[in-house]
Amino acid sequence: MNSSNRIYLYPLWVRIWHGVNALGIIFLIISGLRMQYADVDLFGFSFKTAITLHNVAGVSISVNYVLFLIGNFVTTNKYHYRVELDQLVEKLKLQSNYYLSGIFTNEPAPFPVSPKQKFNPLQKYVYIAVMYVLVPLLIVTGIALLFPELIVERIYSFSGIYLTALLHGAIGLFIFIFLIIHLYIASMGKNPLIAFRSMIDGFHDVSH
Amino acid sequence: MRYFKLLLIFSFIVLFSGEEAIGSTLPEESRQCLKCHANQTYSYYNDWIEAEQKRMMNPFYIIDTTLFISGVHGGFKCFDCHSSDYETYPHEAELKLEPLSTCIDCHGGDDTYADFQFERIEEEFQKSVHYEMAGEAFSCSKCHNQHYYTPVTRTSHTVGAIVSYSNDMCLSCHDNTLKYQTVSAGQGPQLKQVHDWLPSQERHFKSVRCIDCHTVVIDSLMVSHNIMNKSEALRDCNGCHSSNSLLKASLYKYENLQSRASDGSLGSVFTNEAYIIGANQNPLMKLFSLLLIGFTVLGIAAHWVLRVLKKK
Repeated sequence: MNSSNRIYLYPLWVRIWHGVNALGIIFLIISGLRMQYADVDLFGFSFKTAITLHNVAGVSISVNYVLFLIGNFVTTNKYHYRVELDQLVEKLKLQSNYYLSGIFTNEPAPFPVSPKQKFNPLQKYVYIAVMYVLVPLLIVTGIALLFPELIVERIYSFSGIYLTALLHGAIGLFIFIFLIIHLYIASMGKNPLIAFRSMIDGFHDVSH
Repeated sequence: MRYFKLLLIFSFIVLFSGEEAIGSTLPEESRQCLKCHANQTYSYYNDWIEAEQKRMMNPFYIIDTTLFISGVHGGFKCFDCHSSDYETYPHEAELKLEPLSTCIDCHGGDDTYADFQFERIEEEFQKSVHYEMAGEAFSCSKCHNQHYYTPVTRTSHTVGAIVSYSNDMCLSCHDNTLKYQTVSAGQGPQLKQVHDWLPSQERHFKSVRCIDCHTVVIDSLMVSHNIMNKSEALRDCNGCHSSNSLLKASLYKYENLQSRASDGSLGSVFTNEAYIIGANQNPLMKLFSLLLIGFTVLGIAAHWVLRVLKKK
């Protein structure tokens, strides 16, 4: 592989944050499913272990999220999450059409990766939704469930704790779906593992 | 000033009528006893020294009249259960040996109380560790204070109140060495240490009754009275934290009888203040999750197949 085809796109702090976040989310999904569907006894570890794992992973990704916010605040990484409304719908359509048809006919990507454009528009807005809406909501509801005395007892005739748990579970589900699609898209290059290597050495293969 | 006077008069009326309401529900015969037994001190005329004397009442023999009247036995006269020989003072020493009625003496074999299944409760109790350790000496009143008993499990609107009332019964001995030693030579368990294994111990103590893990749960009996030996207590989290939660047959059968009968889930618990991980599975949420995950996987599989086919 020609070194000119590789650009340094993921600085060390992003890779560390991403690695911790990925592990944390995987542990949260596994332990969350184990707790919610306890009768099926998924994954072969105890309910108590699932609680400990879920709490530790939850606190870890919460702290990690704060590091993400600080990292974005002090580095140029924040520009990749900037909302640009100009021709937004057209850009999203273009990228969606690429995933739904162009990719099958080996058309070039409409928004090739470059140091200034790490994410294509679809990726960018999904990441913004996940990182700035879903994950904060997940953290807030998670903290509330960790300290249920903080939760309002009743919201109209409904139990506050039940609604919080329902919201926490629903966001967890969306993040699980995000993870499945994220992993699939990451594996769509010439070599399915190349994007995973990028998250270790920081270099992105632009021919991919 | 005029309003202040009116307020004062109104307060007197309220206070006075309130006092009258409580007093009026107490039978006249009981008032005689409660003259002394509702107070921390009592007076009597001592014939030996020919003088009026005032003494401290034994705190274990003080009756809280408010609690007594609001209890299920509040309309009873003292002599309905205690010997009428208590009428004289000083009470005769032998009266202390008087065998008191048990619940079954009044409630057993009576169709009025058939729904409460007192006979079955007695049968279950006789299999319990309480009976095994103390036999007949372990009377109903060891747990159920007959002076103040209220049917909280039937009347309460919150699970928290049911849990607190029930657990207070257990704690009245298990967290009180003095009372515990009236039936056992031991010191009583160190509850926090014994339950160290339980995650979120404090939250469990507030949300679940001791008997939910420490009895043989029988769905057809409102409250299981077969308290098991501690070695047999439930320690399996899945027992409660699952769609087939054991709590359905115990704690949650009170408020949620109707919903359990209709869909077999703990659905209506979400209008309650409790939430149990794993037991409160929302059927709609479950279906939505499975469909969403299924469509995502299918979509990805179809995309991948198309990519492979087009590549060739």
